[in-house]
Amino acid sequence: MSPTSEHGAADHGAAEHGAPGSHGAPDPSHEPESVYAGLFGGDSDQWAFGTDFDDPLAGLDAAVPGGASRADLAAYCLMLGDDALVASHRLAEWTSRAPDLEIDIALANIALDLLGQARMLLIRAARVDPGVVPALPDGSPVPAEDALAFFRPDRQFRNVRLVEGEGGDFGQAIARLLLFSAWRLALLSRLAGRTGPASTDAVLAAVAAKGVKEVTYHRDFAARWFVTLAQGTPESRRRVTAGLAQAWRYRAELFTAHPAELALAAAGVAVDPASLAAEVDAALGQVLAASGLEPPDVPPAGMPGGRPGRDGVHTEALSAMLAPMQAVARAHPQGRW
Amino acid sequence: MSGREVSQEAGTAWAVAAAVRDPELPMLTLADLGVLRRVEEGDPTAGDEAPGPGATFHGPAPGPGPARGDDAANDGTAGGSAGGERPPVTVVLTPTYSGCPALATMRDDVVRRLRAAGYRDVRVRVELAPPWSSDWISERGRRALAAAGISPPALAARARSGQSGPVPLTLTRAPGTGPGQAGESLACPRCGSRSVSLLSQFGATACQSLWRCDHCQDPFTHMKEI
Repeated sequence: MSPTSEHGAADHGAAEHGAPGSHGAPDPSHEPESVYAGLFGGDSDQWAFGTDFDDPLAGLDAAVPGGASRADLAAYCLMLGDDALVASHRLAEWTSRAPDLEIDIALANIALDLLGQARMLLIRAARVDPGVVPALPDGSPVPAEDALAFFRPDRQFRNVRLVEGEGGDFGQAIARLLLFSAWRLALLSRLAGRTGPASTDAVLAAVAAKGVKEVTYHRDFAARWFVTLAQGTPESRRRVTAGLAQAWRYRAELFTAHPAELALAAAGVAVDPASLAAEVDAALGQVLAASGLEPPDVPPAGMPGGRPGRDGVHTEALSAMLAPMQAVARAHPQGRW
Repeated sequence: MSGREVSQEAGTAWAVAAAVRDPELPMLTLADLGVLRRVEEGDPTAGDEAPGPGATFHGPAPGPGPARGDDAANDGTAGGSAGGERPPVTVVLTPTYSGCPALATMRDDVVRRLRAAGYRDVRVRVELAPPWSSDWISERGRRALAAAGISPPALAARARSGQSGPVPLTLTRAPGTGPGQAGESLACPRCGSRSVSLLSQFGATACQSLWRCDHCQDPFTHMKEI
C-alpha cells in the first residue's frame, strides 16, 4: 500500500462522512456517535498497529551453559520449537472447520500460544548456532526464525511425528492434543524447575516458565473434551477412542531420548524424556478413568531405519503440510510483510 | 539493567509509558495490565551490560543525536516536543502470553508517546522472565475491566497450580466457584449473579475466556488466571 493510496482512502472516508446513508468505513476519531468512541477515549493514536519484529529474548542471559555443545543446544531448541510449530499449524488448520465457533476460537488460541513458543525457540536456535539457518539471498529481510520455519525441507524438521499427522476428525484432534499437551506440560515443567532443577539455559527456563501457564490450559481443554466425547454418544466415544489409539502409536517416540537430549541432560540443560513418562501417565490415567477407558494396546508406528522425527525422518504428512505452509514465503524471499 | 530506574511519579517517563493503553483492552493502561516492568533513564549503551545490536527496538534517531542523561533534564515539566532535552529512556515490557500479537503495537505506542513528550532517544526492551501473571493487574485495572463488562481475574492465580511439582489436571469446575483460588467466586459483571457457566476456556483474545450468566442469560468475557 503506497502513501498515495492511503491518502486517497482518507479522502474517501472524509467524503463519506458528509454523505448520510452511505456505507463508508466508520472512522472512530471522526464519528461522535461511534460505538467505539468511549472505548478509545478520543485517543486517535490508538490505531497504529506495529509490524516490526522485536526481540523477546532480550534481557535473558544468552550464554551457552557450560558443558553444552552449541550444535546440540541448537538442535534441542529446534526439537522443542518444531514440536510447537507443527502442532500449531495442524491446530490452525481447524480454523473455520471446528464443530462450533467456541471450539474454533479455542483451537486457534492454542495454536497461537504454541506459535509464540515456537518463535522464541527458533530464535534461540539461530542465536546459538547460526549454521542451522537456511541461507537466503543477500538483502533478504526474512528474520532467522522465519527462515527456519519457511525455508527448511521436511528432513530438517526435528519434531516428534505425533504432531505432524493430518487433522482427521474432532475426536482424533482432541486425542492427539491430549497426549501432546500432557507430554509438553511435563517437559516444560521440568525445564522451568517445577519438578526438578531448572534448565541451566536461562532462555529455555524462561520460555518454559511462560509455556507451563499456557499449556496447563491446553491440557485442561483437551482432557475435558476427551471425557465429554468418551462419555457422549456411542459415535463420539468410538471416534475419540479410535483417535487415541492412532495417537498412541507415536507415544513411545515421545519418551525416547535423542543423543543430543542425553548429552544436554547430563549438562543440566535438557530433560531426558524417558523421565517424564510417570507424570504423563498419571495425568492421562486420570482422564482415562473419568472416560471409562483403558490405555490402548497398539503397536508403535514403525520407524524407517529406526530413526525418529528428532533425526528428521518423518511421515509423508509433514511434507504435504509444509508445501502450502511454505509456498508464499519461498516464492518471495525478498518479501516484506 | 544498564540504566537508572525511573521513579513512578507524575511527569516522569514512567508516567508517560504507564498511560499508554492496551490495544485490545483499551480500558486498561500498560501499568494497569502489569506489562510495564520498569523504565530506565540514561544511555543504555554506556553500561557494562549493554545489549548487543538488535537486542532492543530503537526507533530511527531524530535530530542531531540522543540527549545525554542528567538530573537537570528530568525536571518534571509536562511533555511536548518543544520541551527541553530529555535523557535517553529504555522501557521494559513483558508479554502476557507467548504469542500475544498486541505486544508490537504496545511497543510502537510507547515509543510514539514518549517522543511526543520530548524523549528523543526511546528504546523498548521485551523481557520474558519472570513470566507475566494476571495477579499483576492493578486494582484500578480490575475496576476498569468490571466497568467495561469484563469479569476480572481472581487473585492468587498461583494457588491453582502452586510453584512446584506437577501441575494438577482440572477436569471439572465446582459449581459456583471461579477458576482461581478455591472459595473465590466469579460473578456476572452485569447482574452480579454468581450462578455462571463456562462456555469456553478461550475467548476473543489469548487472555480471555467465555462465560454465560445463568440468571440474566447474558454471555460475558472473563480474564483468565495465569
